[in-house]
Amino acid sequence: MKHIDVHGMYFKDLNQIIRLSKDQHIELKDVEGQRYIGCGLSGKVIDIYGTPGNALGACLDGTQIIVHNNAQDATGDTMNDGAIIIHGSCGDAAGYSMRGGKIFIRDSAGYRTGIHMKAYQEKQPLLVIGDRAGSFLGEYQAGGTIIVLGLHQDGKPPVGYFCGTGMHGGKIFLRCDNLPRDLPEQVVAQTAMEEDLKEISAPIEEFCKAFSLDKDAVMQQHFFVLTPNTSNPYKQLYTYV
Amino acid sequence: MAINYLYPDYEVIRNQQRCINCRVCERQCANEVHRYDEELKMMVSDESKCVNCHRCVALCPTRALKIVKTDNTFKENANWTGEAITDVYRQAGTGGVLLASMGTPKNYPVYWDRMLINASQVTNPSIDPLREPMETTTFLGQKSAKIRRNPDGSINTKTTPQLKLSVPVMFSAMSYGSISYNAHKSLALAAQKLGIFYNTGEGGLHEDFYQYGPNTIVQVASGRFGVHPGYLKAGAAIEIKMGQGAKPGIGGHLPGAKIVGDVSKTRMIPQGTDAISPAPHHDIYSIEDLRQLVFMLKEATNYEKPVIVKIAAVHNVSAIASGVARSGADIIAIDGFRGGTGAAPARTRDNVGIPIELALACVDRRLREEGIRNNVSIVIGGSIRNSADIVKAIALGADAVYVATSALIALGCHLCRTCHLGKCNWGIATQRPDLVKRLNPEVGSERLVNLINAWNHEIKEMMGGMGINSIEALRGNRLMLRGIGLTEKELQILGILHAGE
Repeated sequence: MKHIDVHGMYFKDLNQIIRLSKDQHIELKDVEGQRYIGCGLSGKVIDIYGTPGNALGACLDGTQIIVHNNAQDATGDTMNDGAIIIHGSCGDAAGYSMRGGKIFIRDSAGYRTGIHMKAYQEKQPLLVIGDRAGSFLGEYQAGGTIIVLGLHQDGKPPVGYFCGTGMHGGKIFLRCDNLPRDLPEQVVAQTAMEEDLKEISAPIEEFCKAFSLDKDAVMQQHFFVLTPNTSNPYKQLYTYV
Repeated sequence: MAINYLYPDYEVIRNQQRCINCRVCERQCANEVHRYDEELKMMVSDESKCVNCHRCVALCPTRALKIVKTDNTFKENANWTGEAITDVYRQAGTGGVLLASMGTPKNYPVYWDRMLINASQVTNPSIDPLREPMETTTFLGQKSAKIRRNPDGSINTKTTPQLKLSVPVMFSAMSYGSISYNAHKSLALAAQKLGIFYNTGEGGLHEDFYQYGPNTIVQVASGRFGVHPGYLKAGAAIEIKMGQGAKPGIGGHLPGAKIVGDVSKTRMIPQGTDAISPAPHHDIYSIEDLRQLVFMLKEATNYEKPVIVKIAAVHNVSAIASGVARSGADIIAIDGFRGGTGAAPARTRDNVGIPIELALACVDRRLREEGIRNNVSIVIGGSIRNSADIVKAIALGADAVYVATSALIALGCHLCRTCHLGKCNWGIATQRPDLVKRLNPEVGSERLVNLINAWNHEIKEMMGGMGINSIEALRGNRLMLRGIGLTEKELQILGILHAGE
């Protein structure tokens, strides 16, 4: 295992050291907002202490990143494969356009989480948030699964405004008793049935294991599942000149 | 009640004395205009379906066909033209947004045609490019403002990544999906043969075309379709698409019906789902955010590839370009409002944006004034029609140009402007296998190579005429241009004198 004391190191230098390192496991101490950690990287395990900067694990391609603190904006932007596990909260636009791999956020996430997530064949991205997400969760979602557990929300909707706006694929699971009041007409919300719960059982188990939570207690609560409304899709009417 | 009848725009004129009923026109027309009438024993046509693409005209073995504009007319009115009236009819009948393809056909000023090029007489000898060396090789990327030396005094020649072009021309972005496999292959093959670059557009890169990577620019747009580390590393450069000249301010939408087979695989989204590129990149709300994406792409590719930021020419383009030049991007591509598209709302295409000539002139001036012109190369597009347009563009400050419509015309496009119907009879803007195979990539690439080589000869000829033997000496050399029939204000923006001055 390679240890790096990061402090005020320039992000370019830090990322170059990580890229060239032959060690499979890398531990970063005292990270002070350096951007792009693990960008495009495959086949490594990176433990981060301190606060990583924006675009952590962007274009990630199979590396596992564990953040023992909060993360900032654009975590896992256009991520392709691998895992990002955050023992804390993260900023805006986590998982923007991610097409594979998984992101686990123990606490809360900011605006525009999981927007434009997409899936194709074996590439099925997964994003799980322990507590709450900000507005525009899953905006333009085209595929993959987003789960928001609302662990400290007492059954209130664990999302902000405009959840699922523009959604045309994939699924959003919300663990709560009432739905957000402003769901768009193009999204259908239903109580998650046995079949749906079975689908998220393994991801939630993994999430609970990562953060030492009681899975049974998590699963006992009511879940909604949000999917695109196929009978009322977003549609622009065209006429041709 | 109003009767929603739109008289066909064209008439199919068939010279029955010449027609031999061979039915070629019928087989060639994907719009199903022509058919053989068994009772009449002759070919008949339904001109209401005709888009005037000239496929039948070009293939009729006896030249029996021609397409003419109908002389059916509304009562003449300079304000309420026939087009203005029928647009209202169309929208009243459907409630739909008017959709159109290719660059705007409206009669806006073309400034290229109002600029004249200089030539040498007596004092500065002109050069014969056939007999003397003439350099059109162009490097795109950041240029260091000062010479750096190594400790031993030798010059440090290490530069940021550059694109080397044998001619200052590249094929601009057209996605696989908007154009066919064979059209993409033609462009890729030609780029390779010419030592230039073609651009994937936002639809990903087909696995068969990774072999042309050294001559490929891969695009990253707001939808991020087909974008993964392997894709980013496959190309010679990465282009972030912020805007497009034909439709500034709006995104893209490839309908699910066109996401079939290999298009689905290349975009990495399931068949039949809509491919939506939102109007903005949702991680970019400022120049600082743009800088974040630029460096994210550089980090993902180990700083080995230049990053291009493509913007549409809009009113405050010079301020935007100034921001882009400070974002860490290596190249700015500016797309003028006459640029083409596979589909755009007609009102946006015809009314939003500004001409590329003015955009180029003001961006180049702004970057020079701010002392950051060397931070970036400038590539412009949006209706470059010939080599004279290129010479004028370079004299106005461009490093290279992007062409797409001219390239498609070289492949057989007849500018019928109905790409959005997906029934291109020339095998370009279609995914129908029977139509795609009409375009032979070997022949297509040869025609593209011919076109660019011919332009290169003409560029050299005009440079030689000016007594210039290197394209570098033409760049930003506005003294080589004079305006004709332009106002004081237009001359001031273009930074050129009027003819006779």
